[in-house]
Amino acid sequence: MNTIPLLQINNISVVYSDVIQVLKGVSLTVERGTIVSLLGSNGAGKTTTLKAISGLLKPENGRVTDGTIMFDSKTVQNSAPEDITRMGIIQVLEGRQPFKYLTIEENLRVGTATRWGKPYKRDMDMIYEYFPPLIKRRKSLAGYCSGGELQMLVIGRALLAHPKLLLLDEPSLGLAPLVVKEIFRIIRRINEEQGTTIILVEQNAAMALQIAHYGYVMENGKIVMEGKAEELRENPDVREFYLGMAASGTTKSYRNVKSYKRRKRWL
Amino acid sequence: MEFFVQLLVNGISIGFLYGLAAMGFVMIFKSSSVLNFAHGELLAAGAFIFLTLVTWAKIPVFVAFLVTLAGSFLLGFIVERLFLRPLIGEPLIYVIMLTVGLASIFKGLMLLVWGGNLYIYPDFLPSTISLQWGNINIPPVYVVAIIIGLFFLTLFGLFFKYSSQGIYMRSVADNQTASLSLGVNVRRVFALSWAIAALVAGMSGIVLGIINGINVHDLSSVGLKVFPVVILGGLDSIGGAILGGLIIGLLETFTGGYLSPSLRDVIPYIALVFILMVKPYGLFGLVEIERV
Ligand SMILES: Nc1ncnc2c1ncn2[C@@H]1O[C@H](COP(=O)(O)OP(=O)(O)OP(=O)(O)O)[C@@H](O)[C@H]1O
Ligand SMILES: [Mg+2]
Repeated sequence: MNTIPLLQINNISVVYSDVIQVLKGVSLTVERGTIVSLLGSNGAGKTTTLKAISGLLKPENGRVTDGTIMFDSKTVQNSAPEDITRMGIIQVLEGRQPFKYLTIEENLRVGTATRWGKPYKRDMDMIYEYFPPLIKRRKSLAGYCSGGELQMLVIGRALLAHPKLLLLDEPSLGLAPLVVKEIFRIIRRINEEQGTTIILVEQNAAMALQIAHYGYVMENGKIVMEGKAEELRENPDVREFYLGMAASGTTKSYRNVKSYKRRKRWL
Repeated sequence: MEFFVQLLVNGISIGFLYGLAAMGFVMIFKSSSVLNFAHGELLAAGAFIFLTLVTWAKIPVFVAFLVTLAGSFLLGFIVERLFLRPLIGEPLIYVIMLTVGLASIFKGLMLLVWGGNLYIYPDFLPSTISLQWGNINIPPVYVVAIIIGLFFLTLFGLFFKYSSQGIYMRSVADNQTASLSLGVNVRRVFALSWAIAALVAGMSGIVLGIINGINVHDLSSVGLKVFPVVILGGLDSIGGAILGGLIIGLLETFTGGYLSPSLRDVIPYIALVFILMVKPYGLFGLVEIERV
């Protein structure tokens, strides 16, 4: 068994349009077979981190200007998405993004693009087994499916590529609590049964830390905290700011003051 | 009555050819948002390649037809590779201006080689495939046009519906970022749309050349006719392109037959204006799916 981490990000900086620096020295390590959660508030740079890994910065005129990203001990920063996806990294984009004018089944078939020409029938059955609601919608246009069905669709679509590393960007976005629960249960199942390593970006820290093994917290383009998921769940700052549980004796109106102090402490 | 049926058949077969040419145009537009102003020149190139193969190289007609299709496919591929690929990621207006430039270059080259004369193909279609029905006589070339039109329509319909490459092409047209995230080779999709578009344009060029004769200016100007066709059909609908082609083809032949031949090039545009006043997205423009 290979013991070097599947993914090692070493001190990367990311700049958009040559001037807008978004990531300022981010490092993180993802061990094989684990779920790693990446938390942080809006604009912290989570999506940017995922795009740096998957190569999707390029179409947005972004670039990794510093540091290295090692996947399976190969350097991948600034490679083309065509190559990165074929190495086994698949990103599920924020906000779902189905192919609206393709049917569910055709959407899934696009997921086999990296394995073009290989049989996919069995994989397709596996996806329907993980996501039963998709079966009866097989022939309908994705544009007319519900949010929950679409989230299942885009995760299933990504699985058809047989990813070694799956990057999930806010899969709970805009979904009803029960649906979120269901989706997270399936994500954990995929990790356990397929052995897929997963990076899970989430606003919903409570859910994410329940299924993750390890977690990172980002703020302003930097990692400000990391630890085992159960440690993060107990951490007072995480509890207050990401799990929505006020620490004893403080009221919400002190939030800004606290946040300022907290940042000081982490820097 | 015979006259009417005659015009109807002529209109349908010419319309099919316009529609097929327009389909290639729409494919390029859908996959890469590029308006190809060199489409008419690709069409003319097909007609001239075929002419050269048949009259100068004296290759059997059917072989020459297949070789021309292959050559057009390759031409589209090369054009994408040499001229369009370096511009991926540049503002769209540059790319569109590039196609305008390409149109002039192609036209110039064709004029250089073949001059501005009107050529006609040797008469190679057997008269047995003409249709005789009472007083109505449908010449072989119109029969051939309809058969070829239906054949390519079915072929591409199946290709886009069932083949992996066809589905990848539709996925890129639908959501390019999502296709990239799944490892769809977007550059291959661009190349393929140019190649297929050039192939279909070349094919239309050959058949239009049989009907109207081969002349650089006439055939290139069919590229302009593609605009009312696709706007009528809805810029992003392949089925719409075919129907738009049929409508324009019919309008043209009926105007030429019943009103005056000099009006036939004007009426389609007038009709276009009226239809767009009623349906601004074209007759079959994609209804934007708003939810999601
Ligand atoms: N293409 C771009 N060009 C310029 N700036 C960008 C671009 N994409 C993102 N940014 C900026 O980078 C910062 C981080 O964005 P990012 O999308 O990575 O945040 P995020 O943590 O995913 O936030 P959210 O939780 O809202 O999705 C933001 O300030 C954003 O404005
Ligand atoms: Mg984000």
